[in-house]
Amino acid sequence: MEQETAKPPIIRSVGVDGMLVSFADRLSEPANRAALALSAALERESWDGVEEVSSSLVSSFVRFDPLHLSHADLREKLAELVEGCDWRAAALPEGRRLWHIPTVFGTELAPQLGQAAEAAGMSEAEAVKSLSEARVRVQAIGFAPGQPYLGELPEPWDIPRQSSLTKRIPEGALAVAIRQMVLFSVSAPTGWQHVGQTAIRLFQPEADQPFLLRPGDEAQFTPVDAETLASMRSDPKGGAESEPIR
Amino acid sequence: MSRALTIGRVGPGVTLQDEGRAGYLGFGLSRGGAADRLALAEGATLLGQGRDLAVLEMAGMGGDFTAEDDMRIALTGAPMQVTLDGAALAWNASHAMPKGAVLSIGGARTGSYGYLHVGGGFDAPKRLGARGAHLAAGLGAPLEQGARLELGEDRGRGTGLTLDPGERFGGGTVRIVESFQTALFPQDEVARFTATEFRRGARGNRMGVPLEQEGAGFTLEGGRNVLSDVVVPGDIQMTGDGTPYVLLAECQTTGGYPRIGSVLPCDMPRLVQAGPGAPLRFAFVSLEEAVELERAAARHVETLDKRLSPLLRDPQRMADLLSYDLISGVSAGDTHKH
Repeated sequence: MEQETAKPPIIRSVGVDGMLVSFADRLSEPANRAALALSAALERESWDGVEEVSSSLVSSFVRFDPLHLSHADLREKLAELVEGCDWRAAALPEGRRLWHIPTVFGTELAPQLGQAAEAAGMSEAEAVKSLSEARVRVQAIGFAPGQPYLGELPEPWDIPRQSSLTKRIPEGALAVAIRQMVLFSVSAPTGWQHVGQTAIRLFQPEADQPFLLRPGDEAQFTPVDAETLASMRSDPKGGAESEPIR
Repeated sequence: MSRALTIGRVGPGVTLQDEGRAGYLGFGLSRGGAADRLALAEGATLLGQGRDLAVLEMAGMGGDFTAEDDMRIALTGAPMQVTLDGAALAWNASHAMPKGAVLSIGGARTGSYGYLHVGGGFDAPKRLGARGAHLAAGLGAPLEQGARLELGEDRGRGTGLTLDPGERFGGGTVRIVESFQTALFPQDEVARFTATEFRRGARGNRMGVPLEQEGAGFTLEGGRNVLSDVVVPGDIQMTGDGTPYVLLAECQTTGGYPRIGSVLPCDMPRLVQAGPGAPLRFAFVSLEEAVELERAAARHVETLDKRLSPLLRDPQRMADLLSYDLISGVSAGDTHKH
């Protein structure tokens, strides 16, 4: 681990109009922190020619207009910014929130709790305790609109994704693998194991704030029974509440 | 009541499209927008209006459209069978469509995506800053029979112009750049990739298209352990069985499949317009060459209006041009090229 954190960030092109700063080739808390912090800094810088900034698990992405900002110039500016700060130890972006999200663990609503618990070497009760006590960070949003990768879960949850896909996992499903959770914003096929079900709608195109979660937010999944969850279905947030992280 | 076009029978892949929604990549929403951006620009030029107006994108097959009012239309992209009140109409051209007239658009003769533009654009409500459907994100949906599409105010005038779309509907060589994961592939696999003639697979949609070939799949050691990272349209990812898949406007924003290269934005019209089974080859260019090619493509778009020419209206001549068009796949406009 020490060796890995010592690796310098690398800057590479993505397609013709993208540049990527990567802090690691595997996921770690410092690398994710660095990506979130650098992406926020790049948003603040808003350089001429930069059109969009986004953050993935361990890297920051810049989309730019190469007809107005050359690759060489952007690379130089990025290198200067990257070297000017220890991004792995940087403060996380401001305005982050902690979300409490009501969740039914197991039952027919989330049928893979048993097999996931077994893979993690726990009873179902221990698994629910472990998953609901974990306070996880939105490490990145991606793949589908508003859909977060959450982590890092305790070590026993380093369980593999299934080799065969679950045909369809519903919107609001909470699934685990490789010490991470994905909270599904759409119904989709997946190799992640379906351990919980929420009523949260992460992407609401008609709302003033169409995306509920932001990168860097944190979440905790509060166990509720199926009846309670059903009563929360009329709320687009599915009963989830947030408080600012100070 | 505002001016409108109503839809009769319609193909399964007809959607409103525009330039898409930039700026939501960090929230997991890809930009989307018209599959063939050049066709958007061509239609805007034919009607003398902005490129930001919404158009109808028709995947492989059009439909019947009735004008509730007088309007101007333009047809671009993949040339399709088309008649206006039963009379043949030239593709890659602008036309007057009188109130009550029925525009009948059939299957693509070559290529994949045809476009129907109207003077003033289609005036659907904007969602997240754009009118275009993003099917993968659940924004909008394919249009259905009976839909009434309202039009924006048409400030332009004039029809009967044509524009040569160039040859981009039959596949061919598509230029790519190395991307940040190209180095993960062994050099001989990269060489085999560029030496292979692929066929555009039939299963494609607005998210991406598979590339088919007879040989073994393209693989790399440890390919399954690549950490999920940013994905951009044009990326060519290798799925688990080694089938290359070119990602398009509605692609996911992050992904774990390794990417062997990325198609130049200016060559995306050729890539997306390659019809099912069309031959496709890929050739690497340097980043510097790619930027110069993009610059030239941007200049081409900015000067499209200089390439407009009047459409011949002599019916006898028109029949000749249309049959020429059917046989060669080259537009009627070609005969006027200076």
